[in-house]
Amino acid sequence: MSFDKSAPLMSIESDDAWLDEQVKKKVWTGPLDQAIKMVDSLYNWGRRGSIWPMQFGLACCAIEMIAAGGGRFDIARFGSELFRPSPRQADLMIVAGTVTKKMVPAIVRLYNQMAEPKYVMAMGACASAGGPFKEGYNVVSGIDKFLPVDIYVPGCPPTPQALFYGFLMLHKKINGQSIRNAPWYQAEEHEAIPEPILGPDIFDPRRAVEIKQLLGNESEMEARYIRLAARAELKHHKEGEAAPKPAAAKPVAAKPAPKPVAPAVAKTPAEAKLEENKADANFAQQAAQHHAATAKDDAPETKAADDAAKNA
Amino acid sequence: MKIFPTGTLKGMWVIMRRFLRSYPNDISERRKAGVLFKTTPDTAVAAERASVQQQGLITVEYPEVKLKPPENFRFVPFLVYEPVLDAAGKPIVNAATGKEEIGYERCTACGICAKVCPPQCIWIVRAVGDDGKPKPKAAEFYIDIDVCMNCGLCAEFCPFDAIKMDNDYELAGYERHINHVYDLDTLLKSTTYYESIKPTDYAAEEAARLAKEEAKAKKPAAAAKTATAAASAAKAATPTMKSNAETDEG
Amino acid sequence: MAVLSPEQTKPVEQSKAFDGESVAALLKEGVDGAVVSASSAGIVVQNDKLIATLQWLKQSPDLAYDYFNSVTAVDWPDKFEVVYHVSSTSRGGPPLALKVNLNDKENPVVDSAGSVYYGAIQQEREVYDFFGVKFAGHPNLRRIFMWEGFEGYPLRKSYKEAYYEQDRKPFETRWDQGHHIIIEDRVPWHDNVIYPKDFDPTTYKQIREIVRVAPNINEGDVKALKTQPVVVSIGPQHPSTHGVFRMNVTLDGETVMALEPIFGYLHRNHEKIGERNMYIMNTPFTDRLDYLAGMCMETGYVIGVEKLMGVKPPERAEYLRVIMNEFTRIVSHMFGGIGQVYSDLGAFFTPIVIYGLEERELIIDLFEAASGSRMMCNYMRFGGVWRDVPEGWLDIARELVDNRLPKVADEMEKYLVHNEIFDIRAKNIGVLPADLAVSYGVSGPMLRASGVKYDLRRADPYSIYDRFDFDVPVGANGDIYDRMFLRIKEIRESIKILRQALRDIPNGETMSIKKAYSFKTPKGEVYAHIEAPRGEFGWYLVSDNTTTPYRYHVRAGDFVNLATMEQMCVGHKIGDLVGVLGSVDIIMGSVDR
Repeated sequence: MSFDKSAPLMSIESDDAWLDEQVKKKVWTGPLDQAIKMVDSLYNWGRRGSIWPMQFGLACCAIEMIAAGGGRFDIARFGSELFRPSPRQADLMIVAGTVTKKMVPAIVRLYNQMAEPKYVMAMGACASAGGPFKEGYNVVSGIDKFLPVDIYVPGCPPTPQALFYGFLMLHKKINGQSIRNAPWYQAEEHEAIPEPILGPDIFDPRRAVEIKQLLGNESEMEARYIRLAARAELKHHKEGEAAPKPAAAKPVAAKPAPKPVAPAVAKTPAEAKLEENKADANFAQQAAQHHAATAKDDAPETKAADDAAKNA
Repeated sequence: MKIFPTGTLKGMWVIMRRFLRSYPNDISERRKAGVLFKTTPDTAVAAERASVQQQGLITVEYPEVKLKPPENFRFVPFLVYEPVLDAAGKPIVNAATGKEEIGYERCTACGICAKVCPPQCIWIVRAVGDDGKPKPKAAEFYIDIDVCMNCGLCAEFCPFDAIKMDNDYELAGYERHINHVYDLDTLLKSTTYYESIKPTDYAAEEAARLAKEEAKAKKPAAAAKTATAAASAAKAATPTMKSNAETDEG
Repeated sequence: MAVLSPEQTKPVEQSKAFDGESVAALLKEGVDGAVVSASSAGIVVQNDKLIATLQWLKQSPDLAYDYFNSVTAVDWPDKFEVVYHVSSTSRGGPPLALKVNLNDKENPVVDSAGSVYYGAIQQEREVYDFFGVKFAGHPNLRRIFMWEGFEGYPLRKSYKEAYYEQDRKPFETRWDQGHHIIIEDRVPWHDNVIYPKDFDPTTYKQIREIVRVAPNINEGDVKALKTQPVVVSIGPQHPSTHGVFRMNVTLDGETVMALEPIFGYLHRNHEKIGERNMYIMNTPFTDRLDYLAGMCMETGYVIGVEKLMGVKPPERAEYLRVIMNEFTRIVSHMFGGIGQVYSDLGAFFTPIVIYGLEERELIIDLFEAASGSRMMCNYMRFGGVWRDVPEGWLDIARELVDNRLPKVADEMEKYLVHNEIFDIRAKNIGVLPADLAVSYGVSGPMLRASGVKYDLRRADPYSIYDRFDFDVPVGANGDIYDRMFLRIKEIRESIKILRQALRDIPNGETMSIKKAYSFKTPKGEVYAHIEAPRGEFGWYLVSDNTTTPYRYHVRAGDFVNLATMEQMCVGHKIGDLVGVLGSVDIIMGSVDR
């Protein structure tokens, strides 16, 4: 046997053709990539086959979650019948129900206590975006203001079958993860998400400086505070610029750029400020960086991916 | 205090009996459906399991077998359009998009659905014609399905039968800011689809419409009477209830 | 151990009726100078004579208003109005409304009614939290739903939220030139928050809550092992608290010495949203109050608005309402009332949740076929119901009621109630005596388990319940065992009612008026209460001749029932505490609204 450094790792050749064929079939002799792919598929299979949800029902969606665990729609078939009340033992936090400001510090603390790998599912309209209670003074418009969410299941409440569809999409997402870019295997440390503080109204301590500066700056507040009251203002705005056009291509779903209404002030600086603030204050994007591994699902091609998933 | 827990044991026997009878029950159901040795879930067996008389297993195995929602089911709304029909009366399908060609959009952008929606999740912009006057057509129509509470009031109060509640519940997604705000293109679905999910309602509405048109052709006084009779018949028509469970092949 | 007196073997039914004016006439002799004005609906009382009036009403042998329904407030432009409702458990009948006018809006103060009725204590905290009305003499006047440090009194008309668009719906920004703009992009912080002008978040210290220790605790009680009492916070995320409910429990070892419930973790501003919604928009929101018994919630609200409108539904619709309500009661008792207790006592996720869920699925299939949704049915309308039930629905319902459900109730009794483990863990635990129950305003199965045969379907009948023949089961002790057994008996009574309703249901219309989405109700107010599975739920609606209610208040049965937790749990162990909480049967959607 000669030692050829360029040849694959274990190349055993003999003059027995049958033996060669058996070795090729049954003994792994590939390079590192294949090894990682196998490890990936093994890890992903293990992770998706036994996702233990945290028993975290907040409101009405919790009843449908329990019904999904009941006899007719059996969540045990997916390996998830063990709802663990303790976050240390759970893999998936199903935020089922309206997220209120009083409850959010507890939710963030529980998320921090979960051991990685961990996933978050926003079940129902309330957890996704505030739902029908969005305009309330004690309601947070969606848990993704504080936590990175992996999958959103809309509905009020989603039927157990809709919840299972969400589970299956989560399985697909897990199948696409790899040990190379999964966040919990990276070298750098992840900081826990700081708990929001309940003051005169809830605030995130990461934004404390920004809030203080904004409150002290009168003109800034004036430019940024956009009033919804008068249709006259909206009409006035509409006369001043072209009608918004929906986006062209169908896979990238049509969403026109937001149209701020500035009270008799030139709209360009206000609009620019608004864009800036959106970038600053978008926690979902910060959280998306935290889950950079699954970034390919967060990209604009998501709609195509969703469609493909639906048709699959 | 009792020494021998007869009450607990009797209770355990009740559970044991249930457990034991589920096996012969399952075997007889499978035999009746002719799938005794099939390893994958079967729709006929699942339909039996979800019915009122069932004594044994009650599991319906999603996603191989799906419980079909009943006709009255409401999830998110969708807009109805009438497709372009070819000479034979079949709708023409656009090869590129796979959707039927839009012949006539029923929505007139009257705004009643936006007004009656409890969480106000509907945004409508009326189209403006070339002469600058508003047309009874929607230029933009958005529904944020993450705010929608699936109440069905929009479909109930639409005077043109233009917005109806969909039966499709498989809507989960990885991203919500773009994908969960449905625009006019996403919402428009043809009457073929509407008929397939709610046949009784569709039939009743078509009958009422035909009756109204026929009556208009006749004298006005009789027209009013027939029209109201047809309208009330449409309101009273309710879908038949099939057995508790009707299953779909997954 | 209480023994039912002979008078109590019959359920309470309305005997003598008193309306506001007759009460005022008697009151004029009883308490001097109390009455300011009176009408058939209720009486207005002088602020400083309130306690004397309430005491006289409670102790008067003719009137005997011993049961406290609710206290709430209304924010008028020139005054605050504090509204009390009281009933009589011996005479039955509708409640009496008492009002007190507080003309000083800067500093509204009124005496606390806690000295007369225990049930007022917790509800007055709610009024303080929402309106800022102070109650003199209240033992614990702190915010109850919002956190300490929250700025503003939310239900005042001057309080506008961050996403505020208009005072009433429909918001004009959603249609015809509305365009779709995410609401977060319209406010400075892109979030549903408002900060006061001089707020400095970098130096803000969160207010630590005050923990109330038991009043009579002293070192001498725990001297044996030189131990200290410990305060443990149970919840809000806990497998046994049935939702996001929290209790601060002071423990000596494992024995409970004091308990304080903490609410607000699911406070979803139901009442503020309700004041902006048009009447029909509120119906789907009431579904989400007690989400396990959604149809009952809708019925209560719809009955209230129908009283304001002066409309009565047709016969078939009334029967359909009763059928839906009773099916909902069975579902709620099976899954929530009975299933959750057994889950807490250790029968982890078996058999009751699985078997109870099995029956629930079958009944919910019926709901889905009739109304379109499994839980949030949105089926009741003003003047009837949404639609007639599909063909074949009544047959399947009859099959369920005749063949399946009675067997299930018997089976449940066989393997649950006579279980020795349950006996030991449930008998004489969490006892609530009848007089305390009445004074706290406890209602529903909890009240009947304590021996008071008071069921609103007989005492103050609504809808067509006076046509049905059913019994009101009652318990002897008021412990966990009684409450569980009582709920199974109530399932049997519901089956009885269902049999009669399914037999007698006539054909006909399902709506008596033309459906309209925007209508005005005449000026007035109404308090409509129903017997929901969790107790008495009341809707207090004030109308000012517009399309939206001026004040919309929900009196939640399980919120009021929870005030008795401390009374029932002190002296027991933590394991018993969990069982008692399960037997109270709470659903946080209605507790926190």
